[in-house]
Amino acid sequence: MLHALSLGGALYALWLLLSGYLETWLLVLGLSSVALTIVIANRMDVIDHEGHPIHLSWRAALFWPWLGWEIAKANIDVARVILSPSMPIDPQVLKIKGSQKTELGHVIYANSITLTPGTVTIALESGHMEVHALTTQAANDLLSGEMDRRVDTLEKNSDGTVEGVK
Amino acid sequence: MELVTDILSWGLLLGGSGFLLTGGIGLLRLPDLFSRMHGSGIIDTLGAVMILTGLMVQEGFSLISVKLALMVLFLMFTSPTTTHALARSALNEGLLPKIFNKRQGKKSSKT
Repeated sequence: MLHALSLGGALYALWLLLSGYLETWLLVLGLSSVALTIVIANRMDVIDHEGHPIHLSWRAALFWPWLGWEIAKANIDVARVILSPSMPIDPQVLKIKGSQKTELGHVIYANSITLTPGTVTIALESGHMEVHALTTQAANDLLSGEMDRRVDTLEKNSDGTVEGVK
Repeated sequence: MELVTDILSWGLLLGGSGFLLTGGIGLLRLPDLFSRMHGSGIIDTLGAVMILTGLMVQEGFSLISVKLALMVLFLMFTSPTTTHALARSALNEGLLPKIFNKRQGKKSSKT
C-alpha cells in the first residue's frame, strides 16, 4: 500500500512536470491515468521493494554523488587512454562476486560498474559477475572493492537488516 | 550574469562535445567489440550529461530544465541496461573478448 501511494505520488509529480498543465479538467485526466497505471501495475504484481525501491531513496541520494564523481574520473582516464598515440590498453576479464544480499543490490552494483567507463559487466548470475576492463588501472580500481562496499551500504538499513531478503 | 551562464553553458557544451568526439574516436580505434563498449560508455555518461547540463544552464530554472534533468536520470538507468544487453547477445553468439595480457592466464570467458 505504501509502495502504491508513493509510486502514485511520483507518477503524478512526473505527469505535472512533463505536461505543465494546471487546468482542473486536465489535472483530473492526469490523476485518472495515474490511477489506471497503478491498477495495472498492481495486477502485474510489480509494485514491491524491487520495482519501486523507496527504502533506498535517501541512501541513494548519498550514493549518486559519489558514483557521479567516480564516473567523471573514469571518463577522463579512458579518454586519455583512447587519445594517447600508443593507446596503452590491456583488456581483461575479471570474475568478481558482489557481496550484496538481494538481486536488486547485485543489479545496482552491476549497473554502477557498467556506468563507470573502463569497466563493463558482461555477465551476471546470482551475484557472480564477469567484468570486462579496458585497462589494468580500471581493473585495479574495481578490485579495490570500494564500489562493492558502497552499494552494500546503500542496500543495508541502519540496523543492518536488508529489505527483501528471503 | 548572462555572461556567466553563457560561459558556463558553453564550457559544458564544448567539454561534452569533446567527450562525444573522444568516444567516437575510441569506437574507431579500439580493437574489438568489448573494448569498443568502453568508448560508447564515455558517450553515454559524461558526454551526454555535460551537453544536457549545458543546455539546462542555458535554459535557466524552468519546466524545460526539469525535462532535461529527467533525460539525464533516465539515461543513467537505461544505458547500462542496453550495454549489458549488447554484451550478453555478443557472448551468446560466441564472440569472446580479446585478451592480450598474461596476468589472467585464461583466454575464455564463456561459461
